[in-house]
Amino acid sequence: MEFTEDQLQRYSRHIILPEVGGKGQKKIAHAKVFIVGAGGLGCPVGYYLAAAGVGTIAMIDNDNVELSNLQRQIAHSMKTLGKPKVESAKNTFESLNPDVNVIALQQRISKDNILDLIKDYDVLVDGSDNFPTRYLVNDACVMLKKPLVSGAILRFEGQVTTVVPGEGHCYRCLFEEPPPPGLVPSCQEAGVLGAITGVVGALQATEVLKLILGKGDVLKGTLLIYDALKTTFRRVRVPRNPNCPVCSDNPTITELVDYDAEYCARQ
Amino acid sequence: MAVKVRIPTPLQRLTQGQEEVDGTPGTVIALINDLDKRFPGMGERISEAGKIRRFVNIYVNEEDIRFLNAEETVVKDGDEVSIVPAIAGGAKQ
Repeated sequence: MEFTEDQLQRYSRHIILPEVGGKGQKKIAHAKVFIVGAGGLGCPVGYYLAAAGVGTIAMIDNDNVELSNLQRQIAHSMKTLGKPKVESAKNTFESLNPDVNVIALQQRISKDNILDLIKDYDVLVDGSDNFPTRYLVNDACVMLKKPLVSGAILRFEGQVTTVVPGEGHCYRCLFEEPPPPGLVPSCQEAGVLGAITGVVGALQATEVLKLILGKGDVLKGTLLIYDALKTTFRRVRVPRNPNCPVCSDNPTITELVDYDAEYCARQ
Repeated sequence: MAVKVRIPTPLQRLTQGQEEVDGTPGTVIALINDLDKRFPGMGERISEAGKIRRFVNIYVNEEDIRFLNAEETVVKDGDEVSIVPAIAGGAKQ
């Protein structure tokens, strides 16, 4: 592909970077990224990836836009209240950058559809708000050997890590199992400072672009913990767990687990 | 100088909002038992029957204790202990 004059202008601040250049920008244009969740994290991640010119962005989310979302979910607006979040985000991203094809999936991700949905994508982004989805996405990525940029937020805290199957840790090496329902509060119960979704989402988008470009060091083997009240970033090492139930040489989990049913029953 | 223990967001309710408390030198599990005496409820959130729960990690100076000496890892004055549970906020899916 050759860039048009408009595209050369649009991406000029990228192309001028030696680490990106025309070649890197073409990689970005050909990249396919799958974002789980069109909420606090999915919005900024999708927004920056659309601006960057990522050719195909899929977003999956089953919810409609609510007024309480607008404190942080910057792809949505008063105009899209009540509309599906993925449609709202698609409109926002495609009006920012018509080069981008946004695939809006208004459905729930499950163990029955995830492998098929993500199989053609290069990089996964987890911006989900619940543990069943988080473990499902991790396990599916390990099974299909897809890199995954995982982000999570609560109150004033954020966590970001990047899973590169076969090279570094996976989410289960970090936290082997999801907590039982009710033991860890959700944002709905505990609140979240809206702007921190931007910090964590921008970190995730940056990780995705580095993976696409093959530049720099991603958060492989590392968990980054952001404390907004103290304005600190801490890194902790996350070795691969040789006994990891899903990514070790002898995994005990070889089929996707549906924690959802268990969660719903107990909540 | 004591052991510095970082309390994660979901557990700060038990420490009346304090994000850092002093801990006692010794094994990690003894430190947690001591925290539980001062901040009731803390113990069961982090551990179960003397073992760290599987959705919680403990780091001593940024190293995961699972790859050190697990619950028996010894901490001393000046060490920094971080309790890091899994969190899941983002988008409702």
